[in-house]
Amino acid sequence: MKNNLNLSLPTSVTCPACGMLCDDLVLNSTAPVSIQNACAKSISFFEQSFNTGSTNTAPSVAGKTTDLETAIKAAASILAKSKAPLIAGLGTEVQGMRAIMRLATTSNAMLDHMHSESSVRNTLTMQNGGWLTTTLSEIKNRADLILAIGTDIGSSHPRFFEKLVWDSSSLFDKPSPEVIYLGVPAEKTKAATSPTGKLASSVGDDPKHVPEIVNALNALLINKKIHAETVGGVAIATLQALVEKLKTAKYAVMVWSASSFKFSHAELTIQSIVQLVNQLNETTRAAGLPLNSGDGDSSVNNTSTWLSGYPTRNRFVDGKPEYDNHHFSTQKQLENSDALLWVSTFNPISAPQTTLPTVVIGHPDTKLERTPDVFIPVGIPGVDHAGAMFRMDSSITLPLKKLRNHELPNLSEVITKIEAELA
Amino acid sequence: MITLLKNGRLYDPAHNKNGVVEDIYIYQGRIVPKPLDNAKISQTYDLTGKVVMAGAIDMHSHIGGGKVNIARMMLPEYQQKQMQEIKNLSEPEAHICTPYCSHHATPTATDTGFRYIEMGYTAAFEPAISPINARQAHLEMGDTPMIDKGGYAMLGNDDYFLRMLTAKKDQKAINDYVAWILHATQTIGIKVVNPGGISAFKFNQRRLNLDENHQHYQVSPREVLQSLSRAVHELGIAKPLHVHCNNLGAAGNFQTTLDTMTASNGLPMHLTHIQFHSYGTEGDKKFSSAAAQIAEAINKNKNITADVGQILFNQTVTASGDSMMQHLNAKHANPKKSVIMDIECDAGCGVLPFKYRDQNYVNALQWAIGLEIFLSVEDPWRIFLTTDHPNGAPFTSYPHLIRLLMDKSFRNEAFAKLNLDAQSMSNLTSLDREYSLYDIAIMTRAGASKLIGMNERGHLGVGANADITVYTDQADREAMFAKPDYVFKNGELVVKDGAVVKVVWGATHTAKPAFDISVEKELKEYFDRYQTISLDNFKISDAEIFDDGRGSVVVNQN
Repeated sequence: MKNNLNLSLPTSVTCPACGMLCDDLVLNSTAPVSIQNACAKSISFFEQSFNTGSTNTAPSVAGKTTDLETAIKAAASILAKSKAPLIAGLGTEVQGMRAIMRLATTSNAMLDHMHSESSVRNTLTMQNGGWLTTTLSEIKNRADLILAIGTDIGSSHPRFFEKLVWDSSSLFDKPSPEVIYLGVPAEKTKAATSPTGKLASSVGDDPKHVPEIVNALNALLINKKIHAETVGGVAIATLQALVEKLKTAKYAVMVWSASSFKFSHAELTIQSIVQLVNQLNETTRAAGLPLNSGDGDSSVNNTSTWLSGYPTRNRFVDGKPEYDNHHFSTQKQLENSDALLWVSTFNPISAPQTTLPTVVIGHPDTKLERTPDVFIPVGIPGVDHAGAMFRMDSSITLPLKKLRNHELPNLSEVITKIEAELA
Repeated sequence: MITLLKNGRLYDPAHNKNGVVEDIYIYQGRIVPKPLDNAKISQTYDLTGKVVMAGAIDMHSHIGGGKVNIARMMLPEYQQKQMQEIKNLSEPEAHICTPYCSHHATPTATDTGFRYIEMGYTAAFEPAISPINARQAHLEMGDTPMIDKGGYAMLGNDDYFLRMLTAKKDQKAINDYVAWILHATQTIGIKVVNPGGISAFKFNQRRLNLDENHQHYQVSPREVLQSLSRAVHELGIAKPLHVHCNNLGAAGNFQTTLDTMTASNGLPMHLTHIQFHSYGTEGDKKFSSAAAQIAEAINKNKNITADVGQILFNQTVTASGDSMMQHLNAKHANPKKSVIMDIECDAGCGVLPFKYRDQNYVNALQWAIGLEIFLSVEDPWRIFLTTDHPNGAPFTSYPHLIRLLMDKSFRNEAFAKLNLDAQSMSNLTSLDREYSLYDIAIMTRAGASKLIGMNERGHLGVGANADITVYTDQADREAMFAKPDYVFKNGELVVKDGAVVKVVWGATHTAKPAFDISVEKELKEYFDRYQTISLDNFKISDAEIFDDGRGSVVVNQN
């Protein structure tokens, strides 16, 4: 695909590569890709996008290259035969999800996002007891202590420390916050080392001990005695000292990433973190920040919620929405469903292995491990077409720009055409 | 193509028409004068005996944006239960469930539009758009069919404004900033929620009284109110400053509310969901009605308008920008859960499910207080019918509420079922007033459009957009207002016998007063330095609203 630019360079861009949604990037050139204020993740996203090349720009049916109209007809025919298709992946932004919601309503589809295994843990916590959370500008200007629980933050959200911790501009004249890692392996804690060499401190280094350590912090915070010398390999005295820091902090922020919790029932640990935040707020201020996983998960869940009343995992039965964040998982539904529509527009992520009739609408570079019945390459949001995207804290929605002119349709156009065939 | 609505009984307070039998002609979406005799009438509706009003306007209803979506997301069990209840049409503990009322407190964007239009409402305004979250609010409202919409932008807890107050910036600078916010957020009014208090909560202050200083900015809520009400007034937009007072829901807060009325120095000010701010501390339970004092003050201060925020008994969810007071009230949540957020040095939110019960002393008295205010405020042009959807009750309870106002015996029967202690603390049965159809038309049409500044809606005069609702006059006012015979949106028949017959998309109403664009220079520096998004992305363009081919932006001039 030629890099036929829609805008003159340099131009400011919003980066959809992670949930920070940084909009201070300036694109200087596309070949090679040169971007001011970019992180490794955004460079790799834009390189991948602008290098999207000569292959896979044409749709295919059963592995044979064809035109869009034929592919749309073939996709519609698979959906028409299906009683309850599974629409999964859902790597898209608000406009794409709006179109998918319309299609799901009329086709009695089930919806699940590729990262829901993680996001469901947060949703469950929020639905169970609620939570008290904060947003990025509050952290930047207000936080004096950041407790990163089980996540180094930097690998998934590379500019978190640069923008929110090391940047000394704060509205309220506060010192740069102390960063404490809890249950993060030593080799990963470098992510928070400031340009001036200030290191983060660590409490415990084994992610699998996070649940018991957080529980112990909760106990110590309400002055319960713990009859042990260590919890999860951490001395009680160390935990007590951490509790004191949390109590004296003016605005402590607990950051966690549901996807980094590799133990079962991680939602109980998230609840325990929320409990810590709630208890701290009895006397001082503190807040939580759940990191998202990416590929438009926040956008998809928000859009799904205002259009169906529920985040994913949900489905429509005779046009009525239903919700079950356990049974409506991709894994389970691959066994029960009779067709799969896989959507991944930001990244070339393959559909899961299945024998179901499969339609893939996705990134042009999608590797097709098993030839799907229908493959329709579409434009990349924020590169090939405009859109709107939710930041991980859900309070901010930003417009995505169209940077390049190209011949590929976007996801909503393809869905609209499929709907027209189905009508 | 001319449509004729023949022989209807018109209730059009904007033109002093109280049940006058007249014909209405519609051409190209608007009400037009009687055409020449030889003009071709393509369609005629015989409305003999029918009650005809302009489409109703809900001036305060939480229909879109972050906290509404949080409310939906956090309560899946509630929605599933409601689905079942709607199917069974069983009556819950109180007496407000009818076959017409779904009680769905957290409808989807689509359902919001449908439920409103089915009741003859043709516009609704989201009263609490935090500027930083405005894009989401517009996305949700963009997916709300059938009705016109718009919103009020929340200021007064944003760092930028509070910083200006501390720095004693002149009023012109404040005015420019306020106007810039209206443009940037595509809103039609300005709201302040718990002036200064949401911000103070972030600094660990737990309550903030009207004349108490915010510890960081060293400014008081009174100063916030004075500055913002003056800005709104001087900018010349119609909608007076929309005020959610300090001390929401707290016993004894009526004094704050009375004091707040004085803070505007005689300029127009709207006090919202005033029922939640009309509580005294009398009696054994230290919680009493101060409706009489509040109503008296409204009657006396002609610059004050208010909407009630009536509660009705059932499960609902409260979604507020007031993180300070919602955090304080989280212990009363039912089921016990709450989402509280600090947002971008701009705003906050607090979402708690609530179950109002008629046998609970406080809830029963809240119900009575709301009605006492409705019946004691003399001028229907200055009091508005709201439940603060979904905080007091879902907007689908409006027909029931209208019956409570119009039908004294129905009201007194309902009262007799309340908690007995609450009954003994209310003078409701001594209030004999019954609202007339004309009064209802003022509150829900003419008054609302005048307040917001939508000159072409809310009335039936020549030139108005033909948003028209036609009812069958029934003694049971709840049944009457729940199910209009016809609703016309921009002259098109969209509802027949209470059901949608055509899906249409309404406009987004805004106010865009002139201002000095150089205000952006400092704002840009502020965004670059302290915020985590750019100034350009903060602003919402017209194109974002109409790009999908359904929406449109109306700029209301005053």
